[in-house]
Amino acid sequence: MSLGSSSNRVDAQAKVTGKARYTDDFTMLGMRFAKYVRSPIAHGKVKRIDISKAQTYPGVDAVFTYDDVPEFIFPTAGHAHSLDPNKLDVADRYLLTDHVRHQGDAVAIVVACNQLTAERAVELVEVDYEELPVMTTADQALAEGAYPLHPGGNVLKQQAIATGDLEQAFAESDFVLEGAYHTPIHQHCHMETVVSYAYMEKDDHIIIVSSTQIPHIVRRVVGISLGIPWSHVRVIKPYLGGGFGCKQDVLEEPMCAFLTMKLGGIPVKIELTREECFTASRTRHSFDIKGKIGVSRDGVIKAYALDVKSNTGGYASHGHSIAAAAANKIPYIYPRLVFGYKALTFYSNLPNAGAMRGYGAPQATFALESLVEEAAQKLGMDPVDFRLKNVAQLGDFNPVNKKEIKSCGITECLTRGREMFEWDKRRAACVEHKGPIRRGVGVACFSYGSNTYPACVEVSGARLVMNQDGTVNLQVSATEIGQGSDTVFAQMAADVLCIPDTWVRTISTQDTDISPFDPGAFASRQSYTVGPAILEAATLLKEKIVAHAALMSGQPARNLSIRDGKVVYGSRPDYVLYEMREVSMDAYYNQDQGQPFFAESSHKTRTNPPSFGCTFVEVEVDMPLCKVTIKDILNLHDSGRILNPQLAEGQVHGGMGMAIGGALFEEMLIDAKTGIVLNDNLLDYKFPTILDLPDLHCSFVETHEPQSAFGNKSLGEPPIISPGPALRNAIWMAAGVRIDELPITPKRLYEHLARAGLI
Amino acid sequence: MNMTPIQCTINGQAREFQVDPRTSLLELLRSQGLTSVKQACAVGECGACTVLIDGTPIDTCIYLAVWANGKTIRSAEGEVRDGVISSVQQAYVDTGAVQCGFCTPGLVMTTTALVEKYRGQQLCRDTIRRELAGNLCRCTGYEKVIDAVLASVDNKPGCNGQGGCGRCEDE
Repeated sequence: MSLGSSSNRVDAQAKVTGKARYTDDFTMLGMRFAKYVRSPIAHGKVKRIDISKAQTYPGVDAVFTYDDVPEFIFPTAGHAHSLDPNKLDVADRYLLTDHVRHQGDAVAIVVACNQLTAERAVELVEVDYEELPVMTTADQALAEGAYPLHPGGNVLKQQAIATGDLEQAFAESDFVLEGAYHTPIHQHCHMETVVSYAYMEKDDHIIIVSSTQIPHIVRRVVGISLGIPWSHVRVIKPYLGGGFGCKQDVLEEPMCAFLTMKLGGIPVKIELTREECFTASRTRHSFDIKGKIGVSRDGVIKAYALDVKSNTGGYASHGHSIAAAAANKIPYIYPRLVFGYKALTFYSNLPNAGAMRGYGAPQATFALESLVEEAAQKLGMDPVDFRLKNVAQLGDFNPVNKKEIKSCGITECLTRGREMFEWDKRRAACVEHKGPIRRGVGVACFSYGSNTYPACVEVSGARLVMNQDGTVNLQVSATEIGQGSDTVFAQMAADVLCIPDTWVRTISTQDTDISPFDPGAFASRQSYTVGPAILEAATLLKEKIVAHAALMSGQPARNLSIRDGKVVYGSRPDYVLYEMREVSMDAYYNQDQGQPFFAESSHKTRTNPPSFGCTFVEVEVDMPLCKVTIKDILNLHDSGRILNPQLAEGQVHGGMGMAIGGALFEEMLIDAKTGIVLNDNLLDYKFPTILDLPDLHCSFVETHEPQSAFGNKSLGEPPIISPGPALRNAIWMAAGVRIDELPITPKRLYEHLARAGLI
Repeated sequence: MNMTPIQCTINGQAREFQVDPRTSLLELLRSQGLTSVKQACAVGECGACTVLIDGTPIDTCIYLAVWANGKTIRSAEGEVRDGVISSVQQAYVDTGAVQCGFCTPGLVMTTTALVEKYRGQQLCRDTIRRELAGNLCRCTGYEKVIDAVLASVDNKPGCNGQGGCGRCEDE
């Protein structure tokens, strides 16, 4: 069996030698380069634009403005299409605009023979703006008479859920506690920036190569944005240098397609600089959350309610889906109560927020697990005991969607974590530190989904072709973005086919003209949703192999089986009838019988089980220096069956690292008055270097999810959810201040300590 | 623009170029097909374009090609000998230190310099962190990167680099 073992990544060799080719590693004869003319202000209307100097600058092919782009308004979110018009993503963008809604919004674009010439020409475009009021906060954007950023006003969408009588549940609680929480704007900082190019060989066929997580969705949206049939667009996705949700958006592909169309099909590339990625790709939504929790004296949570305001910036992108998804993902963790959730997503003049690892859950869980901590402290209960009393059990039902929990390891995550972390001992020891250097421990839990169903249709596909030598090529449109999906898919196919996983070559490049349909990498969905398609296709392929071996041998197929890549007698598996290559060669070349083996499957997933987990952390707080140091941190995860332990650990470490950055250092600093981003680079935006992170520890509580093809559940995003609130809770214990806004930088810690009179 | 002649050694081969003096070494190496040299920030913040110049890890995005005159340059491609990847590269494969792979060649080269610098010495995790501080990675949380480095240096088998054994140079 390959699944369950730490097979090496199928792409590791190509990546350590630098031979793996990413979008920017491809070049074409005659390729041109495009650069945007971007707004230096966060809100305004173009009064005058003069492109004449840029047009005549040597080496410039063309300059286009908002007057030149198609009249099709389009959405950009990386969601599956919906047949229900009410569920379609908000379409609020044109390729270029004269109403700039955030710093970096694009009014024109220059195409030239090289990057430098394009940049020079951009500087020659003269633009005068009428400045409009800049709105960066909910209060400003939602004020009466606020300038409408889009025709429908500044409220993108709102919702309210209550799974019972909230008022009554709070009234029946012995204690009701409230809090207000703020989470910052993060940027994904995938190491590969956003890059795409497009060209045409025929008038009805645009070929786009792009650093995208979602090739099939890009195909659809390019079709919409240019008003052409979707089948006229071909999207190719090579190796991808990280996405984390930013590239779960249609970014530069429609513009590349437009430019090549206008320029007779010559290849045109757009590569955003790191600085442009901050202001003009996507960010994480900042949430302001008012929370309320009601508990009984004996430690039972009766109800909690969150009231969310989500700031989506100048355009919708994923818009309200982020806030709405949180309400689907978090209720699993404490299911036996009344759950209330109100959310409003609004436009502002901030850079556009979109999908980012965790998709609303990290923000909502920060509020929830801070509230839960308040309740535990109020009751004088150990925070682990309090959570153990309330967390999900097998057979519980999600209070919102009423789905039964059929695999549930959160109790064991907490009990094993308590033991591994020596929680009781450490917690008792923390109290000893009363001087300037204090200690504290914290814990926080989470739940998450395993795909997007039923919010979106969940389709995936797999195609298997056996080569002459008995090896197998596997095609999927689920995308490898660094998480290791290509490797796990090979392991799945190998196990079903009973061949070594090194015989399966996962075709890493997606090509929407060829690869079976699947929307791509998001929602931690791929191992869960592609699993059944691979299972079906590989089962079919195996049947074909055995049937042909039966034809060759004259034995009934029911007597034959495959073991370790050989066709054997089912009853005597040590007796080898054929090597796999012998069967495959016969299938290919026997003049009278058989045909080469292939199989494919497309599968719609209609289940979406929750994964669970928690974080234990110990911090040291240097009170005079306002400095937080993590002494130890441990994540525990119930992600069902672990398909590849080494890759799984890698996902957890990466999520923990990103979460620690998000909780302690990372924040896009944006001037509240002007909407201008102050730290749009990797020097000033503090994502963790290797010096900033502690050793990261993790452990898996393996359950078997019965609805899953291979027993697994989601894993990619979950590790980022609980470290933030666990750190907040540990810092509270250590320093004696509740800090309900992230990140907890030295500056913010100083403000709180000073206010509390502690320094 | 006047072109400037330079001579350098790239991955063991003597090469001559006529370069535009504005060209960065990153641009020159990529134009020669060395795709391991990745551009991720273009201003020396991230280390994705790291190569070894006379044995020292350098961000090639902020190093002019003309400065490479007379220098010996090593990139991740050149660490493969007779079709076999280097022990550092193999350690990155075996420990699971590779995810999206965009920062990987740069990390491999910085690690290669570290291994050569500390040959025969025991290394603690703190030293490894200090030496690798110029290479950003967004995928791994660096945990398995440290495992890869520990597997590459001359620490006693099984050493987790936590220190306390008194053998590390920096203890």
